[in-house]
Amino acid sequence: MNFLASLPPVLYLISSVMFTLGIKRLSKVKTARQGNTLAALAMLLAVIGTALELGWVDPTFILGGLVVGTAIGAWTALTVKMTAMPEMVALFNGSGGAASALVALASYAGLREKGLIGTGVKVFEGGTLPAGVQVFVLLGSIVVGAVTLSGSLVAWGKLQGRLAKGKPILLPARHALSVALLMSIIGVGVWFGVGTAEFGTSALWIVTGLSLLLGGLLVLPIGGADMPVVVSLLNSYSGIAAAAAGFLVGNPVLVVAGTMVGAAGLILTRIMSDAMNRSLANVLVGGFGQTDAAGGAADEGYEGVTQAGPEEAAMILEGAQSVIIVPGYGLAVAQAQHVCKELGELLIKRGVQVSYAIHPVAGRMPGHMNVLLAEADVPYDLLYDMDAIAGSFKQTDVCIVVGANDVVNPAAANDPSSPIFGMPILPAHEAQTVMVIKRSLSPGYAGIKNSLFEADNTLMLFADAKKMLTDLVAEVKEL
Amino acid sequence: MIMGPLLMGLYVLVLAAFLGFELINKVPPTLHTPLMSGANAISGITLVGAITVAAGGDPTLARWLAAAAVATATINVVGGFLVTDRMLKMFRRKK
Repeated sequence: MNFLASLPPVLYLISSVMFTLGIKRLSKVKTARQGNTLAALAMLLAVIGTALELGWVDPTFILGGLVVGTAIGAWTALTVKMTAMPEMVALFNGSGGAASALVALASYAGLREKGLIGTGVKVFEGGTLPAGVQVFVLLGSIVVGAVTLSGSLVAWGKLQGRLAKGKPILLPARHALSVALLMSIIGVGVWFGVGTAEFGTSALWIVTGLSLLLGGLLVLPIGGADMPVVVSLLNSYSGIAAAAAGFLVGNPVLVVAGTMVGAAGLILTRIMSDAMNRSLANVLVGGFGQTDAAGGAADEGYEGVTQAGPEEAAMILEGAQSVIIVPGYGLAVAQAQHVCKELGELLIKRGVQVSYAIHPVAGRMPGHMNVLLAEADVPYDLLYDMDAIAGSFKQTDVCIVVGANDVVNPAAANDPSSPIFGMPILPAHEAQTVMVIKRSLSPGYAGIKNSLFEADNTLMLFADAKKMLTDLVAEVKEL
Repeated sequence: MIMGPLLMGLYVLVLAAFLGFELINKVPPTLHTPLMSGANAISGITLVGAITVAAGGDPTLARWLAAAAVATATINVVGGFLVTDRMLKMFRRKK
């Protein structure tokens, strides 16, 4: 074995170690950015190793794909707004799933073009892996990749609020339909394995189509509030699809990195569903937040709501010693993070103790609020996780809820009939006065009524978060 | 070597899965989104598989499919790492 031939495996090994360290560092605040860079370098090393392994080949199609992909990826990543980040991750993830399915389709088409014939499985004989295993990973890569693609696209549509306004779509007999689809996929797959050569290519396209349908069908019934969990799960799938593609092309770094992401993604998914106090199975069955499940939707059913303007709110803030700000998705939509920070600073200058309470699933993704507030330069040590601050609301004078809804719904704590009963919430209602900045009484992502809005100690400030906070800042300055 | 390529691959698979499970047991909520995004970029590793099948110059169906695979995988990789970096850049602690 000469030096050049032994270089790629060594590069793959180094790359795998770097991926591992990268993921490890990504899970610590201090080292996260470095971890991301490390993982990116690992990717570069894996690509260099692959190029060396291929030796001199016509690179036209490779370079073409790289240029197009880099241009689209870099442009979207650098121009996307911070608030649209969750949707972006869903799209990128779908793209990765598509790639794995395409790798499998291309490698089969390549075998065919080499003139290899025989019944399904026979095409693969003579490879390094047993033919049956190759058929299995080929189909696995296509099915998981395609499910990831269509699932991510539906998730993207829901996060954007374009698809049914993020509401769950419950098709009749959807579980039976999913099972039927899955059975058909397995059926066509088996047929591919034992059938005639002519049938092979069409069989794979049928499997691809059915898998795309399945992915969409699986995500459709899940409500927008659960999308983060779904995106995380699909992320895990795309890792598994990559690992399958790794077996197919016989590349160890693909197997290692793909499997690692698949496993780590599953753990992250569990951490997220734990944060909502729901089992993963519960999330996936879907239908969460059906309007028939509980409470009145929209503006109906609210009694004794107290409305107030910025002037009145500012006067209450004048007498406050301690303020907790609870940000939610409304803050992100209105791009109100900077003016929110301004209000916080102003209050601190007046001697008020200000803290920000971050619910793990506030916004459309865990950590969404941390990202936004960090963008506005809110000092890191003013942000408190739910567990750290939940006990402090009782001793707090004013709690300002900015565009949050479900995460401060007391029904989760005291109404067993509520569909979100059991979800840990920020007990905003325990504060002496609660100010809710919200455009209307419309329900949040869970689609249910929030009794906080009609509580005696709650003032509703109806406006866009940015506008109301700007007015509040002006009023507080005049005090 | 008593192990063939299949068994070797299974060893790698099983151990990598354990590694993934053990790697992240405690993640501060702040990092959930960036970690998901970073892991998502890493899953674009399928890029190396795409490059392998895209090698060669004849414009056959296989090649076009492979080029599309390279492009979609690159979007995942380049976009994923850049977006993650943008998010993490904001966590710089300023005093």
